[in-house]
Formats: sequence, structure tokens, C-alpha cells
Amino acid sequence: MSTDITRAEVCVAACSDAWRGSGEVLAHAVGLVPTISARLAKLTHSPDLVLTDGECFLMSEPPPLGRSAAAGGTIESWAPFRLIFDILATGKRHSMMGASQVDRFGNQNISSIGDWRKPKRQLIGVRGAPGNTVNHRTDYWIAKHSSRVFVESVDVVSGVGNDRARAHGTPSLRFHDLGVVITDLAVLDYDDEGRLKVRSLHPGVTAEQVQEATGFDIDVSSAGTTRVPDAEELRLIREVLDPRSLRDREVRS
Amino acid sequence: MGDKTMPLEDLTQHIESGMTIGIGGWGSRRKPMALVRQLLRSDVTDLTVVTFGGPDVGLLCAAGKVRKLIYGFVSLDSIALDPHFQAIRESGGIETWEYDEGMFVAALKAGANRLSFLPTRAGLESAVMEMNPHLRTVDSPYDDEVYVAVPGVRMDVSLIHLNRADATGNAQYLGPDPYFDDLYAMASTKTIVSTEKIVPTEELGASAPQTLLVSRIFTDAVVEAPNGAHFTTCEPDYGRDEAFQKHYAASAKDPDAWKAFTDRFLSGDEAAYQAAVQQFHAESKEQA
Repeated sequence: MSTDITRAEVCVAACSDAWRGSGEVLAHAVGLVPTISARLAKLTHSPDLVLTDGECFLMSEPPPLGRSAAAGGTIESWAPFRLIFDILATGKRHSMMGASQVDRFGNQNISSIGDWRKPKRQLIGVRGAPGNTVNHRTDYWIAKHSSRVFVESVDVVSGVGNDRARAHGTPSLRFHDLGVVITDLAVLDYDDEGRLKVRSLHPGVTAEQVQEATGFDIDVSSAGTTRVPDAEELRLIREVLDPRSLRDREVRS
Repeated sequence: MGDKTMPLEDLTQHIESGMTIGIGGWGSRRKPMALVRQLLRSDVTDLTVVTFGGPDVGLLCAAGKVRKLIYGFVSLDSIALDPHFQAIRESGGIETWEYDEGMFVAALKAGANRLSFLPTRAGLESAVMEMNPHLRTVDSPYDDEVYVAVPGVRMDVSLIHLNRADATGNAQYLGPDPYFDDLYAMASTKTIVSTEKIVPTEELGASAPQTLLVSRIFTDAVVEAPNGAHFTTCEPDYGRDEAFQKHYAASAKDPDAWKAFTDRFLSGDEAAYQAAVQQFHAESKEQA
């Protein structure tokens, strides 16, 4: 095993694993590491994934990282914004989004901090999170695992957590499907009660470190170690997908 | 077929204080900015604005024109947040209906169809229900599902910007994404179309009929406004003026800088604005 594998590369591989088994669906990836990971998944274990250029084109060969179809790649279909909401309602989509706050049940906030009537800090708004989380699989990517992000209770529930979905009581939330939360320290998933637990610690990260950076008690007892990317994955990440190492801007080693 | 062309200055013949207005485009893309700037020059106020917001929202909020905002989001795209929008939210200065993006589209669709509501799963169990206490759920008459009943939104006037239009109000987009401009037009009592160029109907391009987004059925006035989406995108005629957008966002963060910005760019008519923008770029080049 190469010892020069960066934390960003571990995160890309962990995120790539999140797409495994999704099948022929639209990969909605927000952020650099998720974007690279969806491309890596398509080039390795999940060739049927459908990628976008982040604008209105679906791509069989993606454009250069961070650029739209105008900069290259192969357009295979057209999905303007109006179609995206129809696609997500069909369920043929899988999101990996960011989060400004997440609580123990996976409730996610990207809207604002504080009371929404007069927020301490206005953020981007709920955007598509309420609809994504009740229509198809949703994962979260947290570039900096901290107790500011992992909070006891989120200020504005944008993405719907497991406790709320389970309390709902009609079949209307049967497509609610939170997958994993991947951070720069660990891979988290949910226990039988819908609570976050640590599935694996990234190499070099301790259980204490993760507990310290999490604003609520979290079960680390069954955590393994996150796998590192293999030689072929490293080659794809470094030479094909992200030769300019943009991933290191999101995750520092 | 009537000639619906109208000088920009006549916009406020169609807009009164207290109205609900829709603004097309998406974020910092193909916004009817010349029309928005004309609103800034008017004494119209107390508006309810319905939009996927970009700098249109920031500018109107900063000018004190907005009482209530119904939005899917507000963003400048390449700059995540509009500083004016942030500031007015953080001061509690406007009433807001913050919707999930799909819910916002449902509201437009219902409004366009003259329906009281459309059902959607989006919003269930999220804070959107608490942030919008007017929202109700509806029981399915066919099974035991329940949905959010997104109320249809109808607007007094919608403002949209398209690449080409004819004098009667048929309008065409040439870029890759129509956004929701046709829905705004159908969900509004009146629609004002601004366009890069007014062309004869036969030049609207029967070779690509799917680009003919808005029919004159829905258009009340057409304003020729070259560079009228500036500084947002109007693909393929032009992309976003990123340097100017940066200048806008930086100025919006500081009262003195904002006063300088408004004095320089927003104190005259549209021709003065466009000339000041050219001057801004000429000076940037000299400094480079």
C-alpha cells in the first residue's frame, strides 16, 4: 500500500463507494470531492451512472472538472432545470449534497443559522433538499467534520432526517432513503434506530478525534478503517479525473 | 397582430406599488436586468417578488422595493450568496416564503393552470412547512398518501428576458436552458418581455421551433434591451460579466462602496448604465 495517499484521495474513494449499486440513475453530486467520486464510480464499478455537467446536459463523457459541457465531453442527453424536478420525482436520481448542520438522525440544514425569521446567518436556502430526501437516496459530504456541523439539533430542517421520516405515518415518505455521511475524518451511516454511527475511521483518525468533532454522542464501537483507493483508482484520480489536484482545496491532508 | 413594442421608460405604466411581480431566469442567469433597473428608477414599492432569485432580488431589496419574497433560492451562482439579500434577511427586513425548488415550480405550474394547488411530496416533514405556515397538506382521494398542497401563485406582472422576440411578443431562447420563463408568462395577468433584439417574425427561426418559448398570447409588451440581462448570463449572446458581478457583490457588502456603485451605475438611464459598464471595463484593462 502506498503511504503517500492523501486524505482527499481516501475521501474520493469513500464517496465513490456510496454510488455503488445505484444503477442507471442521475448522479447529483455537489462539491468537488463528490463530483470526482461520481466520475470515479462510473469509470470503475458503476458504468451505468449518468453524470451531468452541472448545467443542463447529461454527459456520457464528462467535461473537465468544474467546467460545463461547453468545455468538452460528450453530451448524451438534455436536462434543463425544469426536467431535473421531474427526474427526481421519478426516483431515478441519487444525491450527494453538502450540509451546514447535521443532527444525529441525519436532519440536514443548508438554509440559515438561527431563527429563520431573522437568521444570524442567511445561507443558500433549503434549495432542493426537502424534495431530494423524500424522493430518492441522499448522502451527505462534509469537508470539515466539526461540532459546528454535527449539532444536537439543526436550526432549519432542509433535508429530512430519519426520526421525522419515521414519525410521518403515511406511505408518502416511503422513498426516504438516507445513505451515508462522508467526512474528512470518517464514513458514517445509520443504526437500526436511524441514528448516525461511525462505520469507518479514515486511516490515521482516532475514535476520540471523531467524538471530539461531533456535537452529540456517537457510536464508534463497530467502526472499521476506511479503505484506501487501489492503484487503478489512484491513477484515475491523479491522472485522468483531477490532474490539477483541485481535491486538495476541499480536503487538506 | 398588434405592435407591442414599448420603450423601457414605459415599464411603470404596467407596474404599481403593492403588486405581485414574477421575475424569470434562474440565479444569476438570463435575468431581465434592464427591466429591474427601470424598476429601481421608479417610485414603485411594496412589491411581492416571485423568483428563483439572483441579483434582481439583491438590487430590489437594497432599494427598499420589496415587502415580501417568494423564492426557491437566492444566489449569484459563481458567488454563492447575494450580500444584499443576506443583509435584509439577517435584519428581518422582509417577509419570506422560502420554498423547496421543486415546490416553487409546482406553485408556478399551478398558477399557470389556474389551479388552487398542486400536490407534491417535496416539503413533507421539512422546516418548509414551519417556515410557511400557510401551507397545507392534502389527503389523496385514491389511497392513503398525503401530499403538500402547494398553492398556485398568480402574479400581476411577470418580467422575462429572452434572446429574440418579434414586435407582437413571440419570444425565443437561444441558450441551452429555457428556465421557467414560459411558466411565469402563463401564471401572470401581464407579461413584459425584454429582448436582446426585436426581429421580424420570419426570422425567429422555424429551423428550431422548439426554441420559440413564449407565444404572443401571453405577452403584453416587448422592450428591446440589448445587453439587457447584464451582468447575468444571456447565452449564447453573452456570458456572465464575472468581473462586474464581483464588483457588485464587493460593493454590496459596504455602505460607502454601495453608494459609490449606485452613483456610478444606477443613477442614470439604461444607456448611462451601459456606458458606465463599458467605462468600468476600459479602466480595468488600463489597470491590467
